[in-house]
Amino acid sequence: MNAPAYNFAYLDEQTKRMIRRAILKAVAIPGYQVPFASREMPMPYGWGTGGVQVTAAILGPDDVLKVIDQGSDDTTNAISIRKFFAKTAGVATTTATTEATVIQTRHRIPEAPLHAGQVLVYQVPIPEPLRFLEPRETETRRMHALAEYGLMHVKLYEDIARFGHIATSYAYPVKVNARYVMDPSPTPKFDNPKMGNCPALQLFGAGREKRIYAIPPHTTVVSLDFEDHPFTPYRFDAPCALCGAGDAYLDEIVTDDNGSRMFVCSDTDYCESRQAAGHRGSESAAPHKERAHA
Amino acid sequence: MSVMIEMTGAEKTFTMHLQGGVRLPVVRGVTFQVKAGECVVLSGPSGAGKSSILKMIFGNYRCDGGRIGIRHEGAMIDLANAEPRDILSVRRATIGYVSQFLRAIPRVPTIDVVAEPLIVTGTSRADARQRAGHLLRRLNIPERLWTLPPSTFSGGEQQRVNIARGFISDHPVLLLDEPTASLDAANREVVVDLIDEKKCAGVAIVAIVHDDEIRRWIADRVVDVTAFAAAA
Amino acid sequence: MPDVQRETQCDQPLLVAEGLSKSYGRLAACRDVSFTLYPGEVLAIVGESGSGKTTLLQMLSAQLASSAGHVSYRMRDGVLRDLNSLGEAERRFLFRTDWGYVRQDPAQGLRMAFSAGANVGERLMAVGWSHYGRIRDAASSWLERVEIDTARIDDAPRTYSGGMRQRLQIARNLVTEPRLVFMDEPTGGLDVSVQARLLDLMRNLVSELGLAAIVVTHDLAVARLLSHRVMVMKGGEVIETGLTDQVLDDPHEPYTQLLVSSILPP
Repeated sequence: MNAPAYNFAYLDEQTKRMIRRAILKAVAIPGYQVPFASREMPMPYGWGTGGVQVTAAILGPDDVLKVIDQGSDDTTNAISIRKFFAKTAGVATTTATTEATVIQTRHRIPEAPLHAGQVLVYQVPIPEPLRFLEPRETETRRMHALAEYGLMHVKLYEDIARFGHIATSYAYPVKVNARYVMDPSPTPKFDNPKMGNCPALQLFGAGREKRIYAIPPHTTVVSLDFEDHPFTPYRFDAPCALCGAGDAYLDEIVTDDNGSRMFVCSDTDYCESRQAAGHRGSESAAPHKERAHA
Repeated sequence: MSVMIEMTGAEKTFTMHLQGGVRLPVVRGVTFQVKAGECVVLSGPSGAGKSSILKMIFGNYRCDGGRIGIRHEGAMIDLANAEPRDILSVRRATIGYVSQFLRAIPRVPTIDVVAEPLIVTGTSRADARQRAGHLLRRLNIPERLWTLPPSTFSGGEQQRVNIARGFISDHPVLLLDEPTASLDAANREVVVDLIDEKKCAGVAIVAIVHDDEIRRWIADRVVDVTAFAAAA
Repeated sequence: MPDVQRETQCDQPLLVAEGLSKSYGRLAACRDVSFTLYPGEVLAIVGESGSGKTTLLQMLSAQLASSAGHVSYRMRDGVLRDLNSLGEAERRFLFRTDWGYVRQDPAQGLRMAFSAGANVGERLMAVGWSHYGRIRDAASSWLERVEIDTARIDDAPRTYSGGMRQRLQIARNLVTEPRLVFMDEPTGGLDVSVQARLLDLMRNLVSELGLAAIVVTHDLAVARLLSHRVMVMKGGEVIETGLTDQVLDDPHEPYTQLLVSSILPP
């Protein structure tokens, strides 16, 4: 039950209206950062306030919400945010990607392919892809307006000159709808290909920086590169130790004091679903554990 | 033979503002002509304005009045009232100038100093250098000096480099200010030969020479500039 | 040698300034400046601090709006356009491709934290070059042309000497083969021998590439070495103008005579 003091999903209706207007504008101009009047939220900046505000603005009573943090449903922050919405909106929550209608994520895209009707809400720290190259906001706004992205390529050139390859491994800049260069949030570059031509709607919220941007379904998203140094998705050396998945992003888990470690899927739901379906990896315990429901 | 230079009533006065506005009139009413293939020598005592007249023809000094007509690309152009870019065009294609003292851009090797006038009009660097070398050899500048900038050369050597630079191209007008001043007898002969060749090629020459013998060799006409003296 | 081509292009003015003025309230920083610049011509604007020469340069390069007057530039398609009629995108594009702007302090005109190769390659990337190898080759060949050791292509200009930084700035500007280069005291603050080397380089590049240039300087020696024409400015006005050797050998105006007499003879 809602505590009587809260409006549905915490924000007042006028605020939600303002955020929805910003979202509509963002959807109309894929990849363009729309300023919005970011509100004070009951968590500090840097803890996902942008994502929370976007989710709050689009949530309806029939929605099913999933919240992940670095791919996991059970980190402290994922649990906090899920409880927040359970309390203030009373919506159903889930850990299963395929069952969710709204998925709020910090720094990962789920492995299970998304489908039409789903919304993926990203938490974004620094929305401006050029920020560390050009500190002046006045100048970066001009560059976006005039599509002057030479500086972005300078950064990539510099990587190749220094490391022999483009060294950016997360927050890898992309060009959306062949027009705006966008920061996909600190998702690993492994996830970049999932953003292109995705059937789901992707919304990005930056609370501290007060920007919202969007990628409508089935939009072209191209990772920036050079002709002779094309973007290559990252490949892991070995499959997940628990479920044997060869196509998932893996986290490194240290298992003892002697330097032993194992690599397991970062997307916990994906890993558990595969294990439930009978897949095994090299480190699986013989019987698998029942999935705990949220 | 066509008239290449036609000066009419040209005059020049210096106003020295730093010395209280003192006026130094140099020349007035300068009027004479030079035809193609002719060599006119300007005569007169030191300070009479001979060099100034040459500099006015070259456009180095500005003219306060009158007309300086030059035949450039088939038509007469008045240099006294010409646009700066037209004067540059005239210098590039029509008038060559051998000043009294070599003024070269520093740090440029001698061979390139001499080749420059050809290069700016389109000759390849290799060909220009070859012709430059030929001329330098005639003027007895040894090959070992060609890669050095002329600033360290003796006065006579510098003057010969200056002459080579002035004579290398095919300008139809040539202005010579004391071309043989610091030269020994052998080199003076070379210069006289060069002047002769230019005359035969139809070049109009205005020269200042103090040496009577040289004057006899090269002058078709002598113009006494004291006739153009401006009242002090 | 494409001299015939040059002749036909040379007929048309490249930059035309008419009645350019800039005032700040009652202070007239620059008054009624007019001139025409042709392709391949180098114009020096000479004057002491406060003469208005930098203000003029900023107006000519569309970085500062004039209070009165026009500047027109002949674009690559041959059409003479008033700079005010250009959209901001066009103006910025022009600034990055057909024009160069060399600043007195190279640190202002370079990205100090990026490698020399990135600095030189930036303009190419801005106009769409997308092949790393080719960008690097172009950058390398330009470093050679400005006499910077190509082994230093991956070093940041922070590690360069002042003279090297200035040469890098020149390479960065010339890589898109601009037809007009603006230079603001390009040799200011450099040691004399370094200045000399830089001037030689600039002279050779200007003549090799057939560049037009407008060089602001207080140093008459720089004007004599680099320019065909010179404009002397004092108190915001052009007090004398003409061929460089004319103005320096036969100065008419009192201020020009003062300037010329102030330099030490060689």
